[in-house]
Amino acid sequence: MSGDGSGVVALYGNGAAIAETTKKSTFSVKVGLAQMLRGGVIMDVVTPEQARIAEEAGACAVMALERVPADIRAQGGVARMSDPGLIKEIKRAVTIPVMAKARIGHFVEAQILEAIGVDYVDESEVLTPADDANHINKHNFRIPFVCGCRDLGEALRRIREGAAMIRTKGEAGTGNIIEAVRHVRSVMGNIRVLRNMDDDEVFSFAKSIAAPYDLVMQTKQLGRLPVVHFAAGGVATPADAALMMQLGCDGVFVGSGIFKSGDPSKRARAIVQAVTHYSDPEILADVSSGLGEAMVGINLNDDKVERFASRSE
Amino acid sequence: MTATVGVLALQGSYNEHLAVLRRLGVKGVQVRKPEHLNDLGALIIPGGESTTMAKLAEYHNLFPALRDFVRTGKPVWGTCAGLIFLANKAVGQKSGGQELIGGLDCTVHRNFFGSQLESFETQISVPELAAKEGGPPCFRAVFIRAPAILEAGPDVEILASYSFPIGKPTIEEAALQEGKVIVAVRQANLLGTAFHPELTADVRWHRFFLKMGKWTEEEASTSALGPDVQRRDRIDLPIFE
Repeated sequence: MSGDGSGVVALYGNGAAIAETTKKSTFSVKVGLAQMLRGGVIMDVVTPEQARIAEEAGACAVMALERVPADIRAQGGVARMSDPGLIKEIKRAVTIPVMAKARIGHFVEAQILEAIGVDYVDESEVLTPADDANHINKHNFRIPFVCGCRDLGEALRRIREGAAMIRTKGEAGTGNIIEAVRHVRSVMGNIRVLRNMDDDEVFSFAKSIAAPYDLVMQTKQLGRLPVVHFAAGGVATPADAALMMQLGCDGVFVGSGIFKSGDPSKRARAIVQAVTHYSDPEILADVSSGLGEAMVGINLNDDKVERFASRSE
Repeated sequence: MTATVGVLALQGSYNEHLAVLRRLGVKGVQVRKPEHLNDLGALIIPGGESTTMAKLAEYHNLFPALRDFVRTGKPVWGTCAGLIFLANKAVGQKSGGQELIGGLDCTVHRNFFGSQLESFETQISVPELAAKEGGPPCFRAVFIRAPAILEAGPDVEILASYSFPIGKPTIEEAALQEGKVIVAVRQANLLGTAFHPELTADVRWHRFFLKMGKWTEEEASTSALGPDVQRRDRIDLPIFE
C-alpha cells in the first residue's frame, strides 16, 4: 500500500479513498473472466492464422506461444516467454481473450505481458522455471493469473499467492492424458476426504498438504476449489476433453493436441463441442468420427521423458 | 405456464445463474439442444464468450428455436454475451461477424470497455430496479470485457447507464458518447444487462426478471426443486465481495 515511495505505510482500508467506487482488478474481476471461460476450450496457438482457426472453431480464448509444448520437448533448450510482438499480432487477429505464458517466478516477464495488455498470464511449468523456490507474487499485478497444480495443497498455495484460476499440470506436449487424470483425481479425492472430515482435524490436514488453513476450510465448505478449475496437459481427443469435464473440471486447455494433429480445424471444433456436451455419449460419438490422425503422443513409462509437472511445488 | 427457467448452457457462467435461481427457490434447467426449450417459462442467456456461444448454437442448429422462443413473448434475459445475442445489431465483432438472435432494438458494441485490464466493478444507479424490488438505489455491477449499448430504439426502456471518465485513451468512443453508455435495458419481454448480476450476491435483477413472466407470484416462488437437479449443480463457486 505504500507504492508511492513516501515511506508512509498506509493501513489497509484505513483512510483509503472511499469515494472511488469504480475498482479495477479486484479479485472478483480477476475470477470473473475465468468464470466467463467456464465450459470452454482454451487453445495453444503460435501464429495469428492459427488463432483465427481456433476462434472460428469456437475456442473461448487462445494461448499465444512461440512453440507448442510438443516442440519445446522435441527441441529442448531453455523455453522462455514469447516475443511480445508475436503476442500483439495474435491479439490483433482475434476478438476472444488472449493468454500468454511467463516462466515460474519470472515476475518481469509477467510485467511485460501486463504492459502489452494480454487478458490472462499463465505462470507455467512448461517454460523453464526462473526461480526454483518462489512463484510470482500475483497479488502485485492488475492482470489475473492461472497456475498449474498436481494436488490440492499445490492448488491452494497458488491461490494464496494470488492465482485467480487453477489448471491441472498434466504432462504438456505428450498427448497422454494419464497425468492430468492423476492430478484431477488427486484434487477431487482430497476434497471428498475434506468434506467428510471433522472440523477439528482440518488444522492438521492443512499442515499435511502444506496449504493455508483458511483456504482449506473454504474448500471444505464449498466442496470444490474456490476458483475456476480447468484441465490441461495431454488432452488430444474430444473423449479426453469430455473425460476431464466428467471428472469435475470447469473447462479444458488444449496445447499441442490440436495443431499437431492431421486436421486442426475439425479437431478443434470437435473438442469445443465435446466440452459443451460432455455428458452426452451420442454427440461425443458423432463429433469424434473422422477427425483424421491425432498427435502421436509419448508413453510416460519411459524414464527418459522429462517431467514438466515436477519442476515446481 | 410453468415457472421453469431455462439457462442456455453452451458455455460461460450458466452455473452461476442456476445457483442464483436455486437461492430464489426457482427451478432452473440447462438448455443445450432445441428440444430443451419446450415447456420453459423463461430463458436466461448467460455471460461467456459470445463468439464461442454463437458457434456452438450454430453447430446444433439452435438459432431458429431461440428466435421462436423470443417471439413467443416469454421473458428472455441476456447478460453480457447474452445481451449481444439479443441485440439487433452488434459492432466490433470478429472478422466475418457472428450470428445473433436479435429482437432487442439496439446497437451493441461487443467489447466496448476493452481487454481484461479494463474490466472493473462499480456501483451503478438503478432507480427503476430499486422502485420495483426495494433495496438501495445502486447496484454493484461487475463488467468483464464487457459490451455496452451505443444506441437504443424508441421502444427500449433504459434501466441503467454508466458514466466513465472522459478522455481515457483506451476508449476511443469516449468523446462521442459524452462519457456515458447504456448498460441495462428492457423492451417488452426482453431484458439485457452488460454486467453480470450472477456474479454478485444481490438477487434483485433475477427477481425483477422473474416478475416479467405472466405466471403468478405464487407459482414462481413455490415451484420446488425437482429431484432431477444434478448433484454437480449444487456445488458452486463463492461470491467474491
